[in-house]
Amino acid sequence: MRAPTAIDIRNLSLTFQTGDGPVYALADANLTIAKGEFVSFIGPSGCGKTTLLRVIADLEQPTSGSITVNGLAPRDARLKRQYGYVFQAPALYPWRTVEANVMLPLEVFGLPKAERRERARKHLDLVRLSGFANKYPWQLSGGMQQRVSIARALSFEPELLLMDEPFGALDEIVRDQLNEQLVKLWSQTRKTIVFVTHSIPEAVFLSSRIVVMSPRPGRIIDVIDCDFGAERTLDIRESPEFLKVAHRVREGLRAGHSYDE
Amino acid sequence: MWDRLRRGGLVPVLTLTAIILAMWYLACLPMNRDLPQLARVEGLANRYEVAWGLERPVLPAPHQIIGELYASTIGTRLLRESADGLVLNPRNLLTHAWVTISATLAGFVIGVLLGIALAVAIVHVNALRRSLMPWIVASQSIPILAIAPIIIVALGSVGIVGLLPKAVISAYLSFFPVTIGMVKGLTSPDAMLLDLMRTYNASRTQTFAKLRWPAAVPLLFASLKVSISISLVGAIVGELPTGAQAGIGARLLSGSYYGQTVQIWSALVMVALLAALLVALITLAEKLTLKAMGARP
Repeated sequence: MRAPTAIDIRNLSLTFQTGDGPVYALADANLTIAKGEFVSFIGPSGCGKTTLLRVIADLEQPTSGSITVNGLAPRDARLKRQYGYVFQAPALYPWRTVEANVMLPLEVFGLPKAERRERARKHLDLVRLSGFANKYPWQLSGGMQQRVSIARALSFEPELLLMDEPFGALDEIVRDQLNEQLVKLWSQTRKTIVFVTHSIPEAVFLSSRIVVMSPRPGRIIDVIDCDFGAERTLDIRESPEFLKVAHRVREGLRAGHSYDE
Repeated sequence: MWDRLRRGGLVPVLTLTAIILAMWYLACLPMNRDLPQLARVEGLANRYEVAWGLERPVLPAPHQIIGELYASTIGTRLLRESADGLVLNPRNLLTHAWVTISATLAGFVIGVLLGIALAVAIVHVNALRRSLMPWIVASQSIPILAIAPIIIVALGSVGIVGLLPKAVISAYLSFFPVTIGMVKGLTSPDAMLLDLMRTYNASRTQTFAKLRWPAAVPLLFASLKVSISISLVGAIVGELPTGAQAGIGARLLSGSYYGQTVQIWSALVMVALLAALLVALITLAEKLTLKAMGARP
């Protein structure tokens, strides 16, 4: 039996009207994401993967089609603060300490101070940054800053975590570490995670399902199941099963491109 | 110690000051050569000696200005007896400085509050951005010397005299850099930071208090520095049209009536010192505030 549905996307299209004519960012996307899944959107730039994530987050409005997030319209899901969003950059407020940054959403929601502190402490523990609560963002490395932004997104304990190329700007060593930590975090919390990336190994390593997308118009061309278990480490990237899935993703991406030319 | 001074730029500053002073002293003779006191003096050394000690020179020598500054501040009693008890002595330059400073500060406070209010309105109401901005820019293209007498007379006719009309002129000048700086500052957070607040379903007030305002603070201080110095200019200009009894402007005016160039120059130097002091105070406040906001040292 499948888990209940977290996100349901049907015949979704989004066209941006620009000075140079319409841009078909998303064309006829269909996708159902169950609760507790880790789903990656992968594709070249311009394939609409970030746009799709932003539609889920109600930061963009679809032109046609329907979408529900936890059974609600995206706008209602946003108003009810049902998801945490992690951006490409850490997007920390430079005048706030690490702790105050994590408490930002809790302040907006009007939680009492003691609870704000308690939750910030708990989630900084979770991303292993307990010792840095009183530092300012500029005193942290890029990877640490992005962990703070993950703690901030988790601090109000949403069931859904939307991540838009969160590790894209980091070097590969840091990215590997954070990938491992994210898998642990996912298996501990069993949140639904939707993750945008353009890295094949990252997508295959992290995901329970990979959505391969292609540009102009942005559309879903393949959905690949892949689950290497909660206890996976970076070593599995050498295994034949891993390489097989990575190969299929690469084939999908290539097919998307040849269609374009 | 020496190293710190060198890094602080003390040597170039002192060198430049020395060069300016030397040129000033040299210029005193050519600038004053048509004065009758110099008509029958022969020999360059003798002529310079006279040129540097004239009573009403066209260009006074720096030591004359410093002497006058000393005599009219420390050398004069600041308080004097009157029918109302002790009052500030109008012969003391500091009395006039205080009169001007009080109008400057009042105008600065009004101008800054007005400037911030306008910026907040412009940032939050799209229609205002298009409709208000041209008027704000136009307001500053009117010469203040033309509009100052109108303000003084208009307010005087409804019985408002003294500090307030001068403060209004100050505010008229000083709101502008604050509005421009704060519109820039309040719109400075990038789309990602604003989107973040959107994902929290934050209200406009929350977005303002937690994001826009703190992001604008560095630009606020930059604007305040411009604003305080033109507040001072505004207050002095406000003292000119009425032939005010007191204030740096009054001092400049009476100096020019009586050909007291040394008095004019010492009043001007006093203005420069006041401006430097006010800007230094704001710089200090800026440093402390930004430090408290975790800025990189």
